[in-house]
Amino acid sequence: MKNWLKIVAVVLLIYVHTAGLLLDVPRLNILNETIRALYFHVPMWFGMVLLFLISVYHAIRYLRNPSIETDRKSVEYANIGLLFGILGIVTGMLWANYAWGTPWHGDPKQNGAAITLLVYLAYFVLRGSIENSEQRARLSAVYNIFAFAAMVPLIFIIPRLTSSMHPGSGGNPGFNMYDLDSSMRPVFYPAVIGWFLVGLWIVSIRVKVKELEEKILDLHDENK
Amino acid sequence: MMKTSKGIFLLILLMISNTLFAQDAAMADGMRSEGKIYVVVGIILIILLGLFFYLTMLDRKVKKLENLLNEKQVKTKS
Repeated sequence: MKNWLKIVAVVLLIYVHTAGLLLDVPRLNILNETIRALYFHVPMWFGMVLLFLISVYHAIRYLRNPSIETDRKSVEYANIGLLFGILGIVTGMLWANYAWGTPWHGDPKQNGAAITLLVYLAYFVLRGSIENSEQRARLSAVYNIFAFAAMVPLIFIIPRLTSSMHPGSGGNPGFNMYDLDSSMRPVFYPAVIGWFLVGLWIVSIRVKVKELEEKILDLHDENK
Repeated sequence: MMKTSKGIFLLILLMISNTLFAQDAAMADGMRSEGKIYVVVGIILIILLGLFFYLTMLDRKVKKLENLLNEKQVKTKS
């Protein structure tokens, strides 16, 4: 990952965490100051979806042209995507406790997100259960496509078909005037970009570590 | 005699300290204004910067390891 992108991520997030707490936000009942959680909770989900998208891209690349490199990337993007998703669901539960009254409201989007996380957790269970590395890569790449295909309706379609307290659900598209006040956009979008870049940064470190691990193992074989 | 002088001395000290406390001394109130939100901002920024520092260090460490491995590979091949 390019160094200037890391600097962009750091600058954006310093701005987001300052402006997100200090700038004026819409005054709404029940939500009160917790409306600011939007700056921190929602970027986790945006980050997760984007990272899963890159993961499935590498999975398809693997199936078209198998290589260790694409398999490795596919796994690491899914890994950090899952981390973002877990952070998203935990922050969402804390927020729901004060905005909706209970941490688990049974909201369709909340349930869909939880199922998505379980589907992606199963991806790692699948990988862990296959000894042969080529078989592991091939099967998990196929599963990755199914997991992504399951995520789209679970998070983006089903919640919009039913009514829900979750913004972006119940028929209205994700971003309209009711969901995101335009005064919040100048902080929200930098937050999404900043966190996504941090995700890419962590992935790049993890991929490098895996590459090193494989190189070391190769070295060991050569010495024999 | 000693007791009364001590008592008066104490009284004077108390009065001085009282006037000191009554003063509206200028303090760095920036951090205390608006429900002390700036303190929260400061805490969050410290954690964020700490995390980024850690990530940068991790990045450097991995790069060093890569270089080390490359050197060793060159040595074993030559």
